Amino acid sequence: MLGKTASGLYWMFRYLERAENTARLIETGFRIALTRGKGADHEWSSVLQTASANDAYERLYGEPEQARIVDFLLRDPANPSSVLSCIMAARQNARMVRTALTKEVWEAVNETYIMLRKRLARPVPDKDIPEVLDLIRNRCALVQGAMHGTMLRNDMFDFARIGTFLERADSTARILDVKYFVLLPSVNFIGSSLDNVQWETVLRSVAGDRAYSWLNEGEPSPMGIASFLIFDRRMPRSLRFSVSKVRTNMGYLMQQYDVRHQSHDLAEGLFAQLDNGSIELVFEYGLHDFLSGLVNDFAALSKQIETDFRFEA
Amino acid sequence: MQFFDEMQGNADGAREPYQAFSNWFEEQNGKDLRRKARDAEHFFRKIGITFNVYGEEEADERLIPFDIVPRILSGNEWSKLTRGIEQRVRAMNAFLHDIYHRQEILKAGRIPAHLVERNEAFLPQMIGVTPPGGIYTHIVGVDLVRTGEDEFFVLEDNARTPSGVSYMLENRETMLQMFPELFNKVNVRPVSDYPLKLRRSLAACAPEACHGTPTVGVLTPGIHNSAYFEHSFLADHMGVELIEGTDLRVVDGRVAMRTTRGYKPVDVVYRRVDDDFLDPMNFNPDSLLGVPGIFDIYRAGGVTIANAPGGGIVDDKAIYSYMPEIVEFYTGEKPLLNNVPTWRCSEPDSLAYVLDHLAEVVVKEVHGSGGYGMLVGPAASKKEIAAFRAKLIARPDNYIAQPTLALSTVPIMTKSGLAPRHVDLRPFVLLSPNGIEIVPGGLTRVAMKQGSLVVNSSQGGGTKDTWVLED
Repeated sequence: MLGKTASGLYWMFRYLERAENTARLIETGFRIALTRGKGADHEWSSVLQTASANDAYERLYGEPEQARIVDFLLRDPANPSSVLSCIMAARQNARMVRTALTKEVWEAVNETYIMLRKRLARPVPDKDIPEVLDLIRNRCALVQGAMHGTMLRNDMFDFARIGTFLERADSTARILDVKYFVLLPSVNFIGSSLDNVQWETVLRSVAGDRAYSWLNEGEPSPMGIASFLIFDRRMPRSLRFSVSKVRTNMGYLMQQYDVRHQSHDLAEGLFAQLDNGSIELVFEYGLHDFLSGLVNDFAALSKQIETDFRFEA
Repeated sequence: MQFFDEMQGNADGAREPYQAFSNWFEEQNGKDLRRKARDAEHFFRKIGITFNVYGEEEADERLIPFDIVPRILSGNEWSKLTRGIEQRVRAMNAFLHDIYHRQEILKAGRIPAHLVERNEAFLPQMIGVTPPGGIYTHIVGVDLVRTGEDEFFVLEDNARTPSGVSYMLENRETMLQMFPELFNKVNVRPVSDYPLKLRRSLAACAPEACHGTPTVGVLTPGIHNSAYFEHSFLADHMGVELIEGTDLRVVDGRVAMRTTRGYKPVDVVYRRVDDDFLDPMNFNPDSLLGVPGIFDIYRAGGVTIANAPGGGIVDDKAIYSYMPEIVEFYTGEKPLLNNVPTWRCSEPDSLAYVLDHLAEVVVKEVHGSGGYGMLVGPAASKKEIAAFRAKLIARPDNYIAQPTLALSTVPIMTKSGLAPRHVDLRPFVLLSPNGIEIVPGGLTRVAMKQGSLVVNSSQGGGTKDTWVLED
């Protein structure tokens, strides 16, 4: 396979995952706004921060304002992480690697692009936001489904999966990191239960609120939630789960190519941290330091993969 | 002017090849058909069969209009055409070999030497080079027009990087999806094995340096090229890599592509880039698109480039006027296909005639393509003709002129029913040491505007599915 093709597949699926994650963040922010009214301003700031878009937003628009932020996250071309920017980038990469995709996957991506470009041609009024977010999630699920149903399980599939899960791990780590202070067992919270809305936000952003309730009876605890999102083996957006997928798919590449690269060592190291760690140790070490350390490691792994598999000349 | 309609002919009732279709069509509901025509547009968008228009900033991807009424040829008409095409393509290949070697045709005085030697498309670097298998024109598109029951003319030859074959294939897929029952009633010869034949044909031209199964790649200028869809389509359907210049470099005397596992040699490069953008070291030093040194490897037998560099001279419009001589010189036979009579404006008598008849003729740039820079006299305004006259006088050798042909029509589906529109036909020809293959069909281009004779997609032309019947 061409290095360029590996790159295209990897980035196509990173961008698709990013589009979906951004949509989820908007949904969460929107929900808080509905239930909390004015108290939601702070929430929107942390949404922007999670999407690494706060600087760009401030530079362009200044004060956080709900309609602006939603528009910025959904469709602003000036925001490279906006849903529309991500979908366009995913589709651009898909065009580049058209020969590596099945007809089903290509058509799913291409139609997603056609539909969203039309739907997001103008600002979306509040009343239509839930429907638009639904559409985005459904379309992303369709692409993933088409990929699962039709793509050969070879190196192409591996690069697509590595892109998906590295992006997902990165996103979950950021969501947690932006909210880490909520989860800290601070003096004020000793003996009191967690701010319900805050923890709900965290779980909703990763589609994990129901799953958490199923797996954990009783009151949610900061440690319980952090542990769930970092270490749970079953939760498909937890850090451990996402990194284990990256590691597995990199393992397949090692088998197929019969070469062990530096990126394999990095992936193993990351996985070992999450496989052997415990939430107690993490809190002892410092949740924020732990998470920002991971975000850096993810970036380093991504760079190393690009080098090892010759994404560029 | 009287036009020959391929469906109606000049009599009552549909012509023979159209009869089964016509019967089926009579039973259809016009509303349903128009709905299907709209479905077809959605279908094309979905599969992404779009093109970018040059010169438009932030070029939106556009669709080429598709018309649901097929263009139908009988088996008999087709086999007559293919005999003529085969003869012509063989002669083209022999001509190229000759002008880059002994130049017999120039010595025999059948073509003025300056027309070859001073031609921009003549590549001195190719002198003495024999490409693998002796094949120069691996893929040729021959543009045909029809003016009557038995009158076909070659309007031009495309021996550089003829495009449109993906439309031939996707148009058929679309028709099969929309009207499956129709294909039960009419025996249409399939075209879907074109990519397989193309791959086989290219592999048969592998270079000396290739051992084992040849690795083929399609070389594209990139996703911003107007024909990018076709490049990816062909690579995908052949099951070969789609490569850009940046994916290639010279490694150990071979042209190699950068894969996830290191550099791997490519044996046959089906290039969809012009000569100028092939190799910045040997040709255009300003090009960022090419592969430095690829031409040296080519000359040393390390890689096959299809079509061969320097082959463009054979489809040059000034050379075109000598095609009857070329066919006769190399095959010893009379040409089976007619050339359109052509005035070379470089010749004073011809120029004088053309200037006197600008309102009646079609004038083309010698090196032009895509319908740009041409004058269709009968359709042009006085002002346009005056402007063109000035250009023609300033650089007469840059132009040729032809009589305005009474292009045949085939109906298209309009809001008010069937209406005749002018068409041409581009069959695709594959040439390899194993012989010539012509897929039964081709690209029918149709001028969507009433009365228009310009069928180019860049000028608003559309396409139709082309049927060759099993007789």
